[in-house]
Amino acid sequence: MRKGRFVRRELSPALPPPVAASGPLRWLRTRLFAGPVSTVLTLASLLVLWLIVPPLVTFLVIDAVWSGEGREACLAETAGRPVGACWPFIAAKLGQLIYGFYPAGERWRVDLVFATAFALLVPLLVPPAPFKRLNAALFFVAFPLAAYVLLVGGWFGLAVVETRAWGGLLVTLVVAVTGIVASLPLGILLALGRRSDLPAVRWLSVAFIEFWRGVPLITVLFFATYMLPLFLPGSWSIDNLLRALIGVAVFAAAYMAEVVRGGLQGVPQAQYEGATALGLRPWQTMALVVLPQALKLVIPGIVNTFIGLFKDTTLVMIVAIFDLLGQLRAAFADPSWASPSTLYTGFAFTGLIYFAFCFGMSRYAHFIERRLKAGR
Amino acid sequence: MHWLAVVLALGIACCGGVSTASAQATLKGIQGRGHLICGVSQGLPGFSAPNDKGEWTGLDVDFCRALAAAIFNDTAKVTFVPLSAKDRFTALQSGDIDVLARNSTWTLSRDTALGLDFPAITFYDGQGFMVRKSLKVSSALELSGASICTQTGTTTELNAADYFHAHNMTYEMVAFATNDEAIKTYDTGENGRCDAFTTDIAGLYAERLKLANPADHVVLPEVISKEPLGPAVRHGDDQWTDIVRWTHFAMVSAEELGVSSATVDAMLKSPNPEVRRLLGTEGNAGEQLGLTKDWVVRIVKQVGNYGEVFERNVGKDSRLGVARGQNALWTKGGLQYAPPIR
Repeated sequence: MRKGRFVRRELSPALPPPVAASGPLRWLRTRLFAGPVSTVLTLASLLVLWLIVPPLVTFLVIDAVWSGEGREACLAETAGRPVGACWPFIAAKLGQLIYGFYPAGERWRVDLVFATAFALLVPLLVPPAPFKRLNAALFFVAFPLAAYVLLVGGWFGLAVVETRAWGGLLVTLVVAVTGIVASLPLGILLALGRRSDLPAVRWLSVAFIEFWRGVPLITVLFFATYMLPLFLPGSWSIDNLLRALIGVAVFAAAYMAEVVRGGLQGVPQAQYEGATALGLRPWQTMALVVLPQALKLVIPGIVNTFIGLFKDTTLVMIVAIFDLLGQLRAAFADPSWASPSTLYTGFAFTGLIYFAFCFGMSRYAHFIERRLKAGR
Repeated sequence: MHWLAVVLALGIACCGGVSTASAQATLKGIQGRGHLICGVSQGLPGFSAPNDKGEWTGLDVDFCRALAAAIFNDTAKVTFVPLSAKDRFTALQSGDIDVLARNSTWTLSRDTALGLDFPAITFYDGQGFMVRKSLKVSSALELSGASICTQTGTTTELNAADYFHAHNMTYEMVAFATNDEAIKTYDTGENGRCDAFTTDIAGLYAERLKLANPADHVVLPEVISKEPLGPAVRHGDDQWTDIVRWTHFAMVSAEELGVSSATVDAMLKSPNPEVRRLLGTEGNAGEQLGLTKDWVVRIVKQVGNYGEVFERNVGKDSRLGVARGQNALWTKGGLQYAPPIR
């Protein structure tokens, strides 16, 4: 009897889960077809995709014209087929879309600024990269000076390039980066000022914030550009682009102040009390305990303001500064390229550029949010 | 922050240049500065638009180049400031620009209330109609019962209403929010919604280029409104107004007398007294304006006479192909007429 006894010494290997509960099928079942509502939504989304994507690919790639000189290349009768995007138009105008009217021989200066910004910004954004303090000092102090000297010229034998000649993506980025970099510290100061116990500081901050939030950006730009010279003495003059830069920065700072104030209100009173109990001075409490938590809370709001600001930069067009979109509109007026598809090609191209920047900012903010949460 | 502070300080310190308006000061200001500042549109086909090389081209642009040629003997000494329809007059009044060559219509209220002067008319524009050739219509008077497409919120609707009412014709106005929508509907011809498209003549030729088959469409000869376009200057500096006015007249006179960029050198030896006065080989017309004797030679050699400028930018040598029409010389049935230079 004992002879036939069998004692299994190890576990039998686990069977694979049933097909319906694992792998792509399970994913499909739980994510896309979990119930009637989910199924309907999935099918509706597929329908929308099917309606949008194929025509878009047809227009942008399959039917597109890739080479040629002038509008004739992008006409259906020349091509002998339906014509989609007119890419030679973008190719011919690419220099203007990026540099505006910056002299061709001096464009390397803009390239150098772009390359330096990229080389300094990427290590600043990637958490494991070393030398953060040095990097930040270079980016926020040395780089703006170098960029100013390079772009404007006048030193080291560089020819002066008036800001009137700037345009395209260059102007969009200069306005957006200046606005973004200036608005955050200014906004934090204003938010702190608004919560201050000193009435003069508080009321000044409130007045500043409410004034700039109460006026449309277009009015600010128009006033700065055309009305200000009427009030200033004749010999005074401030560069046109600079006026717009200050207008945008001040405007964005007012919005940023309210975002930051929201974060400050979200930090519990106990954090202040705890910091006081540890013997921290008020400014140490603010800088080391409250602000880091407050800013983390409002990352979505901050990025919202940044993205809004980036897209608002195109309003500088109304004060005779050609940003990316302004340069595109000017390119539309060139009779050499007027064709039925020119308009759509141009907007598709600039749309992609704006999307790349805004989506990039949004994804990076997402990444930082998750990283900060993980550290909690 | 640092960037802003530094930029602010340097901007105030270095970049001077805006002169305030005062009598007789404009020309001196331009000469002292070393270049003319000219307000143009932010992009209007045939009038001012950057080409592939990023140089401004067009009828309005060439007018400013002619001024630069007359003042500096160098067409490159002009800075173009692209202005929107809203900020153009403010820019002129505030002294940001010396002259506004931005397809602006000369009207009484602009001339008086805005404190401007319109020294000359460089392009006689006006509202017209474009139709498909297949309609076999050769005159706007045959458009009775047609549906007409245009952009809403402009005077074009009003002008068309007046015109059709005056001629006892029926019509249906289809107005779109933007020109691009209107021209697209006209082009696709969906549901026969647009038999004709209406806007100003120069605009019709420009919009025609955006159609799938521009050759299938024709601009009718009738012009139903007056849109005299020309350069504008500030009130109060008559010398500068004279220079702007006579620069246009000189270009028209040059065409009338057969002086072109190709013939100007040979014409310097012409015995014709009118040509001699124009080119400064006799008299001192240029010096009376505060310029040099050879000011017209400079203009014609470097920019061309009025006909050359017209054909190159909007006329038969351009992609627009606008007919001379009202812009022909007075001797050829048009309205371009220049008082004598003597």
